[in-house]
Amino acid sequence: MKLVTAIIKPFTLDDVKTSLEQLGVLGMTVSEVQGYGRQKGHTEVYRGAEYAVDFLPKLRVEVLIDDAAVDKVLDAIVEAARTGKIGDGKVWVTPVEAVVRVRTGERGSDAL
Amino acid sequence: MDTGDTAWLLTSSALVLLMTPGLAFFYGGMVRSKSVLNMMMMSLGAIGVVGVLWVLVGYSAAFGTDVGAGLLGKPFEFFGLDGLLGKDALTGTIPTTVFVAFQAMFAIITVALISGAVADRARFGPWLLFAGLWSLVVYFPVAHWVFDFDGKDAAGNVVDPGGWIANELSAIDFAGGTAVHINAGAAGLALAIVLGRRVGWPKDRMKPHNLPLVVLGAGLLWFGWFGFNAGSAVGANTTAGVTFVNTLVATSAAMLAWLAVERVRDGNATTLGAASGIVAGLVAITPACSAVTPLGAIAVGAITGALCALAVSLKYRFGFDDSLDVVGVHLVGGLSGTVLIGFFASDTAPAAVNGLFYGGGVDQLWRQAVGAVAVLGYSFVLSLVLGYLVKFTVGFRADEEAEIAGIDEAEHAETAYEFGGGLSGSRGNTKPNVAAGASAVLEGSTKS
Repeated sequence: MKLVTAIIKPFTLDDVKTSLEQLGVLGMTVSEVQGYGRQKGHTEVYRGAEYAVDFLPKLRVEVLIDDAAVDKVLDAIVEAARTGKIGDGKVWVTPVEAVVRVRTGERGSDAL
Repeated sequence: MDTGDTAWLLTSSALVLLMTPGLAFFYGGMVRSKSVLNMMMMSLGAIGVVGVLWVLVGYSAAFGTDVGAGLLGKPFEFFGLDGLLGKDALTGTIPTTVFVAFQAMFAIITVALISGAVADRARFGPWLLFAGLWSLVVYFPVAHWVFDFDGKDAAGNVVDPGGWIANELSAIDFAGGTAVHINAGAAGLALAIVLGRRVGWPKDRMKPHNLPLVVLGAGLLWFGWFGFNAGSAVGANTTAGVTFVNTLVATSAAMLAWLAVERVRDGNATTLGAASGIVAGLVAITPACSAVTPLGAIAVGAITGALCALAVSLKYRFGFDDSLDVVGVHLVGGLSGTVLIGFFASDTAPAAVNGLFYGGGVDQLWRQAVGAVAVLGYSFVLSLVLGYLVKFTVGFRADEEAEIAGIDEAEHAETAYEFGGGLSGSRGNTKPNVAAGASAVLEGSTKS
């Protein structure tokens, strides 16, 4: 099993969700986060003063999937989240040792 | 006594009191969420301290018999309003107690206005101490200079001499451009210097945490300001009508001018700009509302709105952290409104004086400038002295850790927004924490 974590631009969430549903991914966790990558933040003028905004608002999408689905899920997320401009985000995959469904106690792939 | 005048002044007094809680919202919305309560408490604290001092000695110091040269009233003449409660105690056509109450509200809001310069970092106790000292040493005398007109007998002879700016100088300050706004603005500049910059200023973005609160505050201020200006007619009369209309139209023009500057300079017209423009316009028309026509009021408002929108950037150039722009709005706006009387005064308005643009020459202009500079200088120097006095005796500023964590929690043991509520009230948590704490104390005491 794998945990796929995607940092995306907030307005692409609906596209990402739809793509993952079409692949049969049954659940996801979304959080509002802030951060920066290679493009850093940006500057902003307010009340006549210029400020550096270091951390930009992003969404973190997390999905648990079977090993076999990794490539298709990655492709789906990247395609849905890409605008081609800087700040599109990043996706990474981490191995998962165990998963348990709280209600039934099922473990492993049955719990996905 | 005139019952209509009395009713209007009672109403105006309540309107002006409401300005201070309004200011608490205006300022409170502008600070970061971790210091909104401290910001609001500085306004409420001013109501407490100045309200009591005004009744004890403030009214006498401002409106008592002059001690000489128009500098101060006898501070203990009407101690606790002694001698002012009877039917024969009148100020003009209203009971003196009503005038006492009306003027008390001016003293309160002037002190509260200063607090915007020291947002996020002033400790509450030392602020109360400063508020009391500043009222006694700065506001009460300056109110005497500006607001205490000579008392005259039926033949026109002066029987009760008042303050020097109102009488000898004859500068026009209808409702407090000098005594309230230049005064508070200069004190704000002094305190911003005494307390120093906030941690992270000017690099960090310290945007207002709640602009709807700022708009609510600006609305309450504008509402109350009709009592402030039209109430200063001390009667329900023509002057009250003119000043009321001018308070509307100058403020509208100032808001538009501020937004225009922002749109051109920054690219966006902001909500904060609209609220600030409203206050800048109100400040500017405060001294001028009896001296200009409605067209003059539009000019005074528009010029001041644009000027203040530009002036709020000065703090970055000079490096003083006047957090909520008390200097940029109240000092600059007060100076602008006071001096523009010298240009835009028209003898068709109640004050019946012509300024430079209406053929009156520079006579009124220099009087206005002298009055403005005198109050500015006196307030700035004495506020520096009082600020440093508080700083080097009891300490004025919160320590760095409290400031970064949030001064609300450190000074008041509260936070404005308990966003952690979703984590409380989970299953199994049935014992009250107080009992748990108490039993722990008991166990500790039996062991020892």
